Amino acid sequence: MVFMEASDDYVLKVSNLSVKISNQQIIDNVTFKIKRGSSLAIVGPNGAGKTTLFRALLNLVPYRGKIEWGAKVKIGYVPQILSVRDVPISVKEFLSYKNESLQDMKAALASVGLDSEAIIDKSLATLSGGEMRRVLIAWAIVDNPDVLLFDEPTTGVDLDSEEAIYGMLKKLTVKNKITLLLISHDLHIVREYSDYALALNKCVVFFGASKDVMDPVTQKLIYGEPICKEFGEAYV
Amino acid sequence: MSEAVLYSLVVGATVGLAAGYLGSIMVLEKMALVGDALSHVALPGLALGVLFNFNPLVGGFAFLFVSAVLIWHLGRVTKLSFETLVGATFTLALAIGILLFGDNLDALEEALFGDITKVGAIEAVVAVIISAAVIALTRLIYRKIVLGLISEELAISKGISIARNNLLYLLLVSLTVAVGIQITGTLLVGFLVVTPAAAAKTISANMSRYLLLSSLFGAISAVSGILMSSYFNILPGPLVVISGIAIFVIVIIIRWRKKFTY
Repeated sequence: MVFMEASDDYVLKVSNLSVKISNQQIIDNVTFKIKRGSSLAIVGPNGAGKTTLFRALLNLVPYRGKIEWGAKVKIGYVPQILSVRDVPISVKEFLSYKNESLQDMKAALASVGLDSEAIIDKSLATLSGGEMRRVLIAWAIVDNPDVLLFDEPTTGVDLDSEEAIYGMLKKLTVKNKITLLLISHDLHIVREYSDYALALNKCVVFFGASKDVMDPVTQKLIYGEPICKEFGEAYV
Repeated sequence: MSEAVLYSLVVGATVGLAAGYLGSIMVLEKMALVGDALSHVALPGLALGVLFNFNPLVGGFAFLFVSAVLIWHLGRVTKLSFETLVGATFTLALAIGILLFGDNLDALEEALFGDITKVGAIEAVVAVIISAAVIALTRLIYRKIVLGLISEELAISKGISIARNNLLYLLLVSLTVAVGIQITGTLLVGFLVVTPAAAAKTISANMSRYLLLSSLFGAISAVSGILMSSYFNILPGPLVVISGIAIFVIVIIIRWRKKFTY
């Protein structure tokens, strides 16, 4: 990973990022940057390259272009899917893989709205969808990250819990001045819980304030035929 | 109790512990058959040891080691699963092994089913050292492998090299299998890395308990099998397996009675 100068205000700068997998162009020439403490939602139709963008940011796939993270930035990542059904592992053991301090674990669980005493010794495989997503958020924040990357953080969660999780996430990021990068297909959620939105359809097709994503013209941009745009000034 | 039995018990207990500990990963990775099949790969190495008059276990380990590296490399290049690659190679190894043994049927029987009467002080010391090393090294990579199982992305994003850990893991399996062959022989040694872990997983809700029970079940199976073998004067391998299966059945009954869930 490449890191920026400590004096830089931006936590992430992405320039001319392109990703090809099995000779297929998944992301084409994407450029954007994010200031510390702001939140950016990545939106777009299925197959638009949203998850691949995250994977490139985390250095999980080969890419062309430049990805620069802020100096000494600590990244917390929560994937869309975990395979825990067949693994006998408790919440405490899972969190200890990242931070062994019991006090930090309990604090992280409490801050995501879970009763730490009641849940810490439970097996991950027995948790409900909502509990699991909260434990995953606790995993992401247990070592006090500067940036959180969430890929559809409420997959498999009912609507009420979804609102509650996003509300809690917003509070957490504001309180701890965490920069948030979020993938979501739900434009209502994007409008309510992020400052800015970047729409992908291989290339950047929209970039602007999240409140504008519900605009019919914007929606046509996001979900219609892709018209790639130069967002040279795309920053938050 | 004769000296040979005493040394065999030391080998059985330590190798059983190490195999149970290591095998717990194998069961989580759904590679139970890999452990079983990989053990057969040692046969040509054992045969070469007998033919050229050097310690057959060294030959067995060399074959296991080379096969493990080859399978690991092929897995990376072809993206085929370990299970597929091991399945493709183990029958070939078995065939070559049997051909190399030729008409030396006593040596072949010993390689296939083990012979604890040949276990002495040196073998016992080597088993203790190797088992301790296997447990220590497995402890180092355990969390990384489990995290990779839960989410490959989480593991890689934490800077964990899944391929490197898998290679080390395969080498540790080779080492444990090579030492375990003395007790059960190549045909049954796969049992030691699979069944104790399978029994432990049935009644474990967390990793600490799973690892502890898996190691204990491995050691108890080996020790009780060897004790019965010396008492009834028959081959230890099948009795080790039967002891382990008895533990597995008891565990299933406990789970059924207590309606254990995790």
